[in-house]
Amino acid sequence: MMEYLNLGKISLLIGFILILIGFWGLLSQKNIIKIIVSFTILETGINILIVALGWIKGRTAPIIDDSVEQMANHNVLNTIVDPVPQALVLTAIVIGFGVTALLLAYAMKLFRAKRTLEINKFNDLKW
Amino acid sequence: MIKNSLIALVLASFVFMFYHLYMSYEPKTELSGIAAHYAEHGAAEVGAANLVTAVVVTYRGFDTMGEVTILFLTASIISFFLKLSKKDEEKVIVHRGTSELLVTASQILIPIIFLFGIYVFINGHLTPGGGFQGGAIIASGIVLSIMANPNREINHHAILWIESISGIFFVIIGILGIFLAGGFLDNRFISLGEFGDLFSAGAIPIIYSLIGLKVGAEISNILNRYQKSQKES
Repeated sequence: MMEYLNLGKISLLIGFILILIGFWGLLSQKNIIKIIVSFTILETGINILIVALGWIKGRTAPIIDDSVEQMANHNVLNTIVDPVPQALVLTAIVIGFGVTALLLAYAMKLFRAKRTLEINKFNDLKW
Repeated sequence: MIKNSLIALVLASFVFMFYHLYMSYEPKTELSGIAAHYAEHGAAEVGAANLVTAVVVTYRGFDTMGEVTILFLTASIISFFLKLSKKDEEKVIVHRGTSELLVTASQILIPIIFLFGIYVFINGHLTPGGGFQGGAIIASGIVLSIMANPNREINHHAILWIESISGIFFVIIGILGIFLAGGFLDNRFISLGEFGDLFSAGAIPIIYSLIGLKVGAEISNILNRYQKSQKES
């Protein structure tokens, strides 16, 4: 069992579960704040997934210091995990922050307009 | 009822898709393509111990510039969107004071939080962390100060100036890279220095400090807008 469930698979599983929870919340919740929270959960799941894809068994973080150099016998190539997904996730987190901040600002304005956060009450564009 | 079953259908198809992805997943055993190049030549080419920083600031520096622009755009859209009318702007709401514990603790903690944020972004090329993380830590200090004293006014002009100046210098350093080194945002026009020192990796510590200041100022600006919009009637 333990060799079947390695760290990469566990992270992948957690990422998938968080994505599912996020989608479920986005589709089923009625309160705007809850929709925003579901959105951030979905985003966290995707970020975990991307980082998990860069994982390599038995290797360490892509920061070259003395311990890494010793471990590798001055061959960094065999000691570190993939740095590219981590850099991409850094970008994704910042973009996610921006989107969440905008969503919260819109939620504030919507509440001011109708004094409610129930998404069903905003049916002006429905026919 | 129909709605619930549709949601169940969507989720079930996602589970189906993820199940196959999960089952066919094989962890990588070695670095591939561009990652191998970064690992092998990153330290010599860029001089940053933290390879993620090397990728974010130098190899994908243009990407990071776009990212900072998106944050700036978010801050300006929120400023525009939550703009108060003249009448609301002059209104004074006196909030109830918060507990003494929070006020006293914030006086001790806020300088330490700011210091830690600055440490994180100055050491971005050596340790985990960097401009975005440091900026977020600085903004968390501002959240604490707002929570401890809800009537506090954040100096809007200081934020505006810090943000504009650091943004302009980021672009200027990028352009200096074109003329003095290999290309836009190339960090090698300052000598790379001793690998692993604080003043090493060329322009990376400068660029990351500017990004840290800019991100901290932008998040503080967003927080300031949220706080002010309480006055809106």
